Amino acid sequence: MVGFILKRLVQSVFVMLAVAFLAFSLFRFVGDPVSQMTGVETSLEDQARLREELGLNDPFALQFIRFAGDLVQGDFGYSFRTREPIGEMLLTRLPATLELGTVALLISLAVGIPAGIYTALRPRGLVSQSILIGTLIGVSIPTFVIGILLIFLFGVQLGWLPTYGRGDTVEIGWWRTSLLSVDGLRSLVLPALTLGLFQLTLTMRLVRAQMMEVMRTDHIRFAIARGVPWRRIRYRHALPNTMIPVVTIIGLQFGGVIAFSIVTESVFQWPGMGLLFLESIRFVDIPVMSVYLVVIAFFFVFINLLVDLIYLAIDPRLRVRESA
Amino acid sequence: MLSVAGLTVRFRHRTGAATAVEDVTMTVARGEIHGLVGESGAGKSTIGAAIMGLLPPAGEIAAGDMRLGDTDLRTLSAAQAHHLRGKRISMIFQDPQTSLDPLMTIGDQLVETILAHEDIPAEAALTRAVDLLEEIGIANARARIRSYPHQFSGGMRQRVVIALALCTNPELIIADEPTTALDVAVQAQVLDLIRKLAETRGIGFILITHDIGVIAQIADRVTVLRDGKVVEQGDTARVLGAPEHPYTKALMAAVPPLDRRLRRFAVPRVEGEAETTDLTAPAREAEDWLMSGAGGGASMGPALDIEAITVRFTGERRGLFGPRESFVALDDVTMSVRPGTVMGLVGESGSGKSTLAKVIAALVHPAAGEMRLDGAALAPMRRRTRKDPSRRVIQMVFQDPYSSLNSRHKVLSILTEPLRLYGLERDEARQDRLARAMLALVGLPAEVADRYPHQFSGGQRQRIAVARALLSRPGLLICDEPTSALDVSIQAQILNLLKELQTKFGLTTLFISHDLAVVRQMSDDITVLKDGKLVETGPSEAFFDGPRHAYSRDLLAQTPTVRFR
Repeated sequence: MVGFILKRLVQSVFVMLAVAFLAFSLFRFVGDPVSQMTGVETSLEDQARLREELGLNDPFALQFIRFAGDLVQGDFGYSFRTREPIGEMLLTRLPATLELGTVALLISLAVGIPAGIYTALRPRGLVSQSILIGTLIGVSIPTFVIGILLIFLFGVQLGWLPTYGRGDTVEIGWWRTSLLSVDGLRSLVLPALTLGLFQLTLTMRLVRAQMMEVMRTDHIRFAIARGVPWRRIRYRHALPNTMIPVVTIIGLQFGGVIAFSIVTESVFQWPGMGLLFLESIRFVDIPVMSVYLVVIAFFFVFINLLVDLIYLAIDPRLRVRESA
Repeated sequence: MLSVAGLTVRFRHRTGAATAVEDVTMTVARGEIHGLVGESGAGKSTIGAAIMGLLPPAGEIAAGDMRLGDTDLRTLSAAQAHHLRGKRISMIFQDPQTSLDPLMTIGDQLVETILAHEDIPAEAALTRAVDLLEEIGIANARARIRSYPHQFSGGMRQRVVIALALCTNPELIIADEPTTALDVAVQAQVLDLIRKLAETRGIGFILITHDIGVIAQIADRVTVLRDGKVVEQGDTARVLGAPEHPYTKALMAAVPPLDRRLRRFAVPRVEGEAETTDLTAPAREAEDWLMSGAGGGASMGPALDIEAITVRFTGERRGLFGPRESFVALDDVTMSVRPGTVMGLVGESGSGKSTLAKVIAALVHPAAGEMRLDGAALAPMRRRTRKDPSRRVIQMVFQDPYSSLNSRHKVLSILTEPLRLYGLERDEARQDRLARAMLALVGLPAEVADRYPHQFSGGQRQRIAVARALLSRPGLLICDEPTSALDVSIQAQILNLLKELQTKFGLTTLFISHDLAVVRQMSDDITVLKDGKLVETGPSEAFFDGPRHAYSRDLLAQTPTVRFR
């Protein structure tokens, strides 16, 4: 088991190196960093001096090693646009994105899994059919349209919920949270719904398909033939077997939710990493873009590792093969 | 105890209804094993499902009575029926690999079943579960009860399944092909266990199987089914010893006997259909083409020599830098197949039979050893080039006719592929003609060439697979369990076909099977493998008269036969 985790960690290191290399190439080859940083009035000598100071004349490999080394030490460099350290910029934005993504995920699981189970067990019922048609609409409308529709309905027409920003936030150390104030929570509802809706429909359809499949397997038929109570058959036998493949997809999707919260954040002016990324693109702030790339990749790798651990926890077959 | 009278089951379709079971009447007494035998589609499993109240949604009981003791099974509500399941009627499924929940310990599964039907403390249920496992023959049950299903072997798992069916003391157990997925040795143990339970606990069994050997071994009474109707019913000794109905007779005749070698199998036929032995014109054409191979005239297949072949499969690494665990699938196996003869290759699952076939066909690379085809060295997988002539000479027929044909290709393109691939026939019209002629030779009409594989039955597909192998003008044919997925009457037809073709064209054949009776019918020589090692190899008739090795004697003794005590 320890060996399994170690193996995954070693693989993760290689993935991160590859991503860091991509990010570095972006930084190095898209435009000239010196001309980005300096104005027209800077003399050529000054430019050359800056180039030397920044180590841009060193060999490519050396520069990459320096870049990767800095990243490992938590030194992410400075933004072209704001001249602030990128690490700090991301850190102030990170809580907003993580909270949004996590709440969206929780909403999608809390609604998607029960709805999936329900529609699997009563595939022909009127309620199931309505849910399925409803989610079909949910999947087909793009995220930003849903966001705008929600703003229009709950923000403008009904005036129930705020439509932009995080509302009141509370600071716990460096972590600025909107989960601890009523206004903050109210602000979170619409963006989290928008972001979670796609994940919700996906989870629901996945759980439904998988559960229907599992209900047809031999071991469920055998449990029925033994007269095991239906409740137990459904929730102790069928559900865990359903969740094994579902966990993988949900995990991968969560990475996607964080990475692609860009659209939702821009619709709701949510001050997260996605919005920062959009601003960076607008100002061709390449250092921020490349660090964003590395951070998102890190999230993906981390979530994947987490999914593997959850796997080990639910499937005894994996545990035993490792110890045998 | 159980009485079924006039049971008729219909399945609704979009276009109407089909009758799956018609007017079936049967009884099962306490402690009696009642065999239901028939070929696929005979309605055996549907009868079991109807008694359990577990017909699929499209199925309905159209007529008939079913009573268990005083209980009328047809008038039960859904909740009552569910409570009755497990409590009074239990079931054993075919495949022990899939009939247990992989995520739950066997102890939890046993305890939950007992608690579902009895109001006793959990500890008492656990104690009973342990006792039951011991009785069923699982050593050290107290510790093993905390294991998950995958930690048991196939035979042990089927014992756990039986324990689950048994743990609530039911009156009747329906066993649906309980030993079909097991090796003969394990099958014999499981059948003994069922016999013992019927005798000591007085449980009635309905034993559903396609294997007449199994019925002959343990059933007290037997019902022979065909197309949902009862063909013949009575004491096993009477029905199988002196069958009255022609279908029962034909079914019996199609079972390969273990004690003698037949020239041909009798094949059960639909009334009015005559068997023609005369070759049609296209079939003769295909035959001529095959005969006109390499040297011309009646050629003989090549000799195959296997010398000290060893195959190792490497497993997972132990830890990060630990060594890979390796598994020896074949250990120093030496044998030879004489030109133009059939070598039967037998052994239990995991004995390495299929691995050996794959080594010869260059699908697995051996760690050591040599192969020779007609004296010339035969390159192993990694050194056998795509263009190596042996690729044409060696052809295979696989076990599962459902997955061995590409479902997206028409039969014609499946059949002409070897002609194109090996450059045997370059003219397209000629390829087309030959493919159709070959279909005639294997007993299929020429027009089926334009259909897709899914439009055929298992037996027909296996004929197509044979035709495909023949169209590369092979010298050595490897048949890996070619009939084990087929019904006994279809098996008889395919074996007849293989026999005919083998004698006619002098094909050297490696015939792999777990069924000794089938091997006896087919082979001139026989090789027995166990755990990757060679047990013995030699002439077939001498082997069946008296095998030299103790393991072979066991294997022979455990094979069910249709003879009576």
